[in-house]
Amino acid sequence: MQTVKTQVLIIGGGITGAGIARDLALRGVNCVIVEKHDINAGASGANHGLLHSGARYIFSDTHSAEECRDEGRILKKMAPDCIEDTGGLFVAVAGDDESYITEFPHLCAKSHIPVKELDVKEAREMEPALSSKTIAAFQVQDASIGPFKLSMENIHQARSLGCDLLRHSQVEGFQIENQRITATKLRNLLTHESFMVEAEQVVNAGGAWAKEIAALAGCQIDLLYSKGSLLVTHNRLTERVINRLRPSSNADILVPGGTVSILGTTSIRIENLDAIFPTTKEIDAIVGEGAAMIPELEMVRYIRAYAGVRPLVGTVSEEGGRHISRSFTLINHETEDLENFTTITGGKLTTYRLMAEKTADLVCARLGVTKPCVTRTEPLPTTPATRWTQPGIAPKLWMQHNDPDDLLLCECEMVPKSVVNSLALSIHEQNGKPDLVALGLRSRIGKGTCQGTFCAQRIAAYLYDIDEMTGKEGLENIRAFVSERWRGERPLLWDTSLIQAELKEALYCGLFGVELND
Amino acid sequence: MTDTLNIDCDLVIIGAGMAGMAASLFAGNRNIETVQVGITSEIIFASGLLDLMGVHPVEHGTVWKDPWEGIENLCRDIPDHPYAKIPPTIIHDALEELIAFLNASGLAYVRHERQNALVLTPVGTIKPSYFIPRTMWNGIQALETKDPCLIVDIEGLKGFSARQVVSSFKSLWPGMDHATISFPGSANQGEVYLEPLARSLVIPQARKALADVLRPHLKDARFLGMPAVFGIQDAHKILSDIEKLVGVPIFEIPTMPPSIPGLRLKETFESNLPEKGIRRFFQKRVMGVQMERKGFVVQLGDTSPETLIKTKGIVLASGRFLGKGLTADRKQIRESIFDLPVHQPDKRSEWHCYEFLDPAGHPVNRAGLVTDDRFRPLDRSGNAAHDRLFAAGSILAHQDWMRQKCGSGLAIATAYAAVNAFLDYNAS
Repeated sequence: MQTVKTQVLIIGGGITGAGIARDLALRGVNCVIVEKHDINAGASGANHGLLHSGARYIFSDTHSAEECRDEGRILKKMAPDCIEDTGGLFVAVAGDDESYITEFPHLCAKSHIPVKELDVKEAREMEPALSSKTIAAFQVQDASIGPFKLSMENIHQARSLGCDLLRHSQVEGFQIENQRITATKLRNLLTHESFMVEAEQVVNAGGAWAKEIAALAGCQIDLLYSKGSLLVTHNRLTERVINRLRPSSNADILVPGGTVSILGTTSIRIENLDAIFPTTKEIDAIVGEGAAMIPELEMVRYIRAYAGVRPLVGTVSEEGGRHISRSFTLINHETEDLENFTTITGGKLTTYRLMAEKTADLVCARLGVTKPCVTRTEPLPTTPATRWTQPGIAPKLWMQHNDPDDLLLCECEMVPKSVVNSLALSIHEQNGKPDLVALGLRSRIGKGTCQGTFCAQRIAAYLYDIDEMTGKEGLENIRAFVSERWRGERPLLWDTSLIQAELKEALYCGLFGVELND
Repeated sequence: MTDTLNIDCDLVIIGAGMAGMAASLFAGNRNIETVQVGITSEIIFASGLLDLMGVHPVEHGTVWKDPWEGIENLCRDIPDHPYAKIPPTIIHDALEELIAFLNASGLAYVRHERQNALVLTPVGTIKPSYFIPRTMWNGIQALETKDPCLIVDIEGLKGFSARQVVSSFKSLWPGMDHATISFPGSANQGEVYLEPLARSLVIPQARKALADVLRPHLKDARFLGMPAVFGIQDAHKILSDIEKLVGVPIFEIPTMPPSIPGLRLKETFESNLPEKGIRRFFQKRVMGVQMERKGFVVQLGDTSPETLIKTKGIVLASGRFLGKGLTADRKQIRESIFDLPVHQPDKRSEWHCYEFLDPAGHPVNRAGLVTDDRFRPLDRSGNAAHDRLFAAGSILAHQDWMRQKCGSGLAIATAYAAVNAFLDYNAS
C-alpha cells in the first residue's frame, strides 16, 4: 500500500481546508489536503458567495457580526480579485417589523459596522428592482465573493509552496497509538485503491462531515445540520447585495455575481447528510418570499437550484437552527486523549481566513513552529486557471483574443476550447483527469440556459480529440454530467426551463438512448 | 385597420412537427380541403430516424428486436397508451403511406422486415429504430458484419468526434479507424455548420472534391461513416455519387440537432405538401379558436387576428412543451389553445424523478390529453370536447416517446387515425 508522508494532513477540500493549507504553507509547514469529492464539494460550493459586512448578525450574534466586519475588510484588501465590491442594502417592506428598522442603525453603530440610512426613493433609484412597497433602506458594505476562485487560489498558492491536494480520497479510518494518530487510511474513490498518510498533525476540516470524520478517531462532536437551498437567476437583477431587514428567515438575501443573481436561502434541520437537494416546496417558498423584496423574482427565469448544509455546533432545539451562533469552533480533542488531532467546523465563508489562522496557530504550536500567521497582510496571489467560474469572464476574454479556431464548446456561457485546455491542465496538476463534472466545477460550463444539453456531448467529443478520453468514458461522463446538472434543475422545471429539459431528454434519451444499458 | 383574411376549409391541422406534417399528408391524400398552421422549428430537432417502438417496459430497459411484438406487449401492459387505440394493421398502413410519400419525394427510407435496425450514435450508444434514412443504411449493415470501417469527422464541426465513435466501439468493432478531414471549401474557417456543407454538395465538383479528400484516408476500410451531411434534396443520389468516386459504401451517422436528416424531412414536407392541396400558414400564432356547434373559427395573427379560418374540424398536433402545445407554470400543466384538461401528476414535486436517467421515466412525460377511441380529446366532464376536434402526436397522454422510442410511429399512426376519424364524423 502506498504511503504519503507529510507534516500536516488536512481532511476536507472546502474553503476551510484550503485556507489552512495556505496559512501553514506560508509558515513553511508541509501539508496534504485530502478531499472525498472535489474542491468545494460541500457548503463551500453551495452558498450565496456573500462577503458579509456583519450587519446581518447584529440582532442575534454581535460576536459573529464583528468577526465578519473585520474579516470582510481584510479580504477586500488581500483577495480583491475574488471579490466584487458591490456594496449592499438592507430593505424592509410594508408589513415588516418596524422595531427592527428603528434599532438597526443603532445596533450597527454599536458594533462599529458602517451603515447609512437611505431615502426610500433614493434606494429605488439605486436599485430599480426593489419593491414599490419598500418602507426603509440602509446601505452597508456587503460584497460578492467567488467561493470557488477563493478556494482554488488558496490551494494554488499552497501547492506552489510544496503542499498537495488529493481529490476523490475518502478517509476510512485512523491508526491510533499512544494517544496519537500515527496514520490515516484512505481510499481513492476513482481507482478504489487504498493508501496511507502519515502526518504529525491531522486537521479535520470536513465541514458538515466533521462529525463523521471525528467519529472515525473515536471523538464525538455535537453537530447539527441545517440545509439551505438557493436559486440562481438567469440574469443579474441588482447591482448590490439586497438583504431583507427582518429577523433571519427564508429568501432574505439576493447576491449578484457577474451576470447572475443568487437568491436564498432556507434553513431546514436535517438528520443526516444523505440527500442534500432542494425541494420544490423550498423553491416555491424562496420565490414567494423573495418576491416581497424584488417583485421580478416571481417572473424571472431560474437556471439552477442547489442546497448546502451548514454545520452548526451545539445542541439547540429550534426548528431551523437559525439562532445558533454562526461563529466557528476549534476543537483540540485533548480531553479525548488525542494529542495530534484538531477539528475546525462551523463558521462561514466570510470568516474562513480567521478560522484557518486559529487552526494553524494550534497546529504550529504543537509542531513547535514559531513563525506567525501572515495572511492578514500577505495578499492572495491570483492565477489565470481560477477565473473561469466567474459569470461573464470567459465571453469577455474570448471576444478580446478573437481567434476563429477557438470554437465555443459551451455556447450559453461562451466557454471556448482554449479554456477547456487550461482547465484540463489545472486538473492534471491536482492529480486528476479532466472529466465533465470536474470541468463544470471549475468553470461556467453547463451553467447557462441549456444546462448541458449541447455542451455535454460537444465537450466530450473535444476531450476525445485531445486524447483526454478513451473507450466509453465519454458516455459515462455525459451520464454523470447531465445527472449532476439535473439535481439543480429538477425543482425549477416550469415554463422555459421545462422546455429546455424536454429538449435535453429528447436528445440524450430519445435520440442517443444514454439511459439504456450498453 | 388592416383587412382580415377569411378562409373556409374542412380541416385545420394545428402543428408542424411530425404529427402535423403527417396529418396534412393524410388529409391531402384523402382530398380533404386542409389548412395547416404552426411553427416549423420543431421538426429540425428530429434526428431523421423514424422510431416505431423500441423499449418496453422502460423500467427494465427491455429493447424490442421486433417493434410489432413490442407494440403488442406495450398495448397489453399500458391499455391507455395511444397505440392501444389503433390496430397494428392500421399503424402499418399509416407508416407505409407516409414512407411512400417520402420515397416518392426523393427522401428514401429503408427498413428491415419486422425488425428494428441498430444505429451507431456519436456518443457511443447503439440506438434501435425502424425506418432508417437510406443514407444511413450502409451503417446498419456495416455494424452487422463489422467489416473494417473508417469513421471521418470534419474540422471545425462541434459535437462529432470520429475518435469518440471509434474509441467507444473499439471492443465491439476492432476494425474501426478514424480520420479528420477539412471539408472542401471550408478550410481555415474556424467553426463549420452542417447545413452549408450539405448544400454545397449540390454541385458535382464539390462531391468530387470531397471524394478526393476522403479517398487517401481509406486504406483497407470497406465502409466509410461520416456525420449526416450528404445534401438536403436528393441526398441518396449525392451519396451514391460520392460512393462511386470513393469506392466503398458510405453511411451517415446521426448528429446533434439541428440535424441534416431533420432538415430533409422539413424541406420534403414543405415543398411537396402544397401539391396535395394543403394551404399553409406557418410561423403564425394561433391566437384563439372559437368552438361552434358545426365547426370552429381559428384566429391567426401576432397581436391582432389577421386571418380567420372557418373549418369543420381540427386536428390538434401542437406537440408538448418544446412545441408549445402544453405549457407549465409553477402549479400546473395546461393545454395552450383550447385549455383542454391535461392528465398530469397531482403536484409539481411529482413531475420529475430525482434522477434524470431514472429508468422509469419522468411522470410529467406521460402527462397530456386523454382522448376517446377516435382520438377526440375529452373535456372536464369526460365527453369528447367537440365532435370534430381530434388530437395526434406527442401531446397525447399515457405515452413516453422519448423512453419508449416510439416518437415518429406514434405521431404518424395517431395522425392517420385522427384524419380518418374526421372523415367518418364529417360524413355522418
